Amino acid sequence: MKVLIPSPLRSYTRDRSAVEAQGTTLGQLLNDLDRQFPGMRFRMIDEQGRIREHIRLFVDQELTPDLGRVLQGGEELHIICAISGG
Amino acid sequence: MPQETTLLVGTKKGAFILRSSASRKKWESSSPILFGNIIYHFVQDPRKPRNLLIAAKAGHLGPTVYRSSDGGKKWKEASVPPAFPKAEGDPDALSVDHVFWLTPGHASEPGVWYAGTSPQGLFRSDDDGDTWQSVDGFNKHPMRREWCGDPKQGPPDGARMHSINIDPRDARHMYIGMSSGGVFETLDQGASWTPLNKGCAADFIPTPDPEYGHDPHCVRVHPLNPDRLYQQNHCGVYRMDRPSNEWTRIGMKLPKKVGDIGFSMVVHPRDVDTAWVIPMDGTSVWPRTSVGGKPAVYVTRNGGKSWIRQDAGFPTENAWWTVFRQAMTADAGTPLGLYLGTTSGELWASRDEGSNWKNIARHLPRVHSVEVAE
Repeated sequence: MKVLIPSPLRSYTRDRSAVEAQGTTLGQLLNDLDRQFPGMRFRMIDEQGRIREHIRLFVDQELTPDLGRVLQGGEELHIICAISGG
Repeated sequence: MPQETTLLVGTKKGAFILRSSASRKKWESSSPILFGNIIYHFVQDPRKPRNLLIAAKAGHLGPTVYRSSDGGKKWKEASVPPAFPKAEGDPDALSVDHVFWLTPGHASEPGVWYAGTSPQGLFRSDDDGDTWQSVDGFNKHPMRREWCGDPKQGPPDGARMHSINIDPRDARHMYIGMSSGGVFETLDQGASWTPLNKGCAADFIPTPDPEYGHDPHCVRVHPLNPDRLYQQNHCGVYRMDRPSNEWTRIGMKLPKKVGDIGFSMVVHPRDVDTAWVIPMDGTSVWPRTSVGGKPAVYVTRNGGKSWIRQDAGFPTENAWWTVFRQAMTADAGTPLGLYLGTTSGELWASRDEGSNWKNIARHLPRVHSVEVAE
């Protein structure tokens, strides 16, 4: 499925703003992203499996805080870097 | 003796490398490195001088460590950054917010590095900073939470482990500092730890003479005589001479109107009795800026029995500096060069052990760290 990459993470995707990744859950999809782009997952998800404070994951434009969310395969994941000023 | 000097500068918006002429009079800065990243510490490996490590995070993203093996031209992210052990089912399980401090390992252990994090955690790499492992002797110590306190009640920028000092005589003998938590010592390379805070004030804790919970800001072990420790604490400037395990407050000899509160502590690499601090205003609501708007470094030449003010070249009024704990350092030149960076983005240098100061860079982002590279 299609994954939209925010600019802070494009150093991992060689500046690509959209990539393809696979997974039957949101967590598995992020694992596949990390397989393709090593190190990317840890910048979004901490070592306890929690989504980091300024990261938001939208599946088909729905905010999805649950990494266990089941995916059908045709959705679109939009990774958003939420406001972090200063 | 004239020599070229290199400064590694970490700021809130990236890292910079400044190189001096042989006279240390002229300085040139690199373009920003890892521009936009929050750089907490930027350190050279003295065992492999081309190797540099950077502790970084981005405003939106989690923490990491960047490595260069060519003196800072190319950078690569650590394959496995520091991370606490996974703790299933614990809603308060720790996660690293940022890597705050980097220390190269003992000379006998090339490739070894240590990292201190926020919240307080200790991590080790055996491969030049590429992969990091938890030092479980500390991170999983049954007293860790008690020593470190509730991370939600820590300092405003996060509770941190810093001042990782390795005894140059013995790789297994190490000291750490924690804000808050105190100074701790290990004799077995991190397998077990002992608080080392006797004699040190902790006037923000109601318990008289607590064993731990103190707030060391910077601890330095003297490289010539590793039995001499200096500490700039939240509650003053201290010295310890091992095997004693009691700190002596040497900051009381600083002028009362200046006080002995600050972040940085720098020692002279060739003189055990010489050290520098830069006092900050610790009155009322703790502004932590240069006292009276008049920046000054203070040097002791006798192990803290007396202090001499050094402010020649600094602004004489309306300079409300804060200098963080990693943001003041010394080179190995003769005479010794001193360097400090401010939260207002200025770098200052002295080529004569602090007697005279000169601004060498301004308009930088907030300076977090300044280290000298060979």
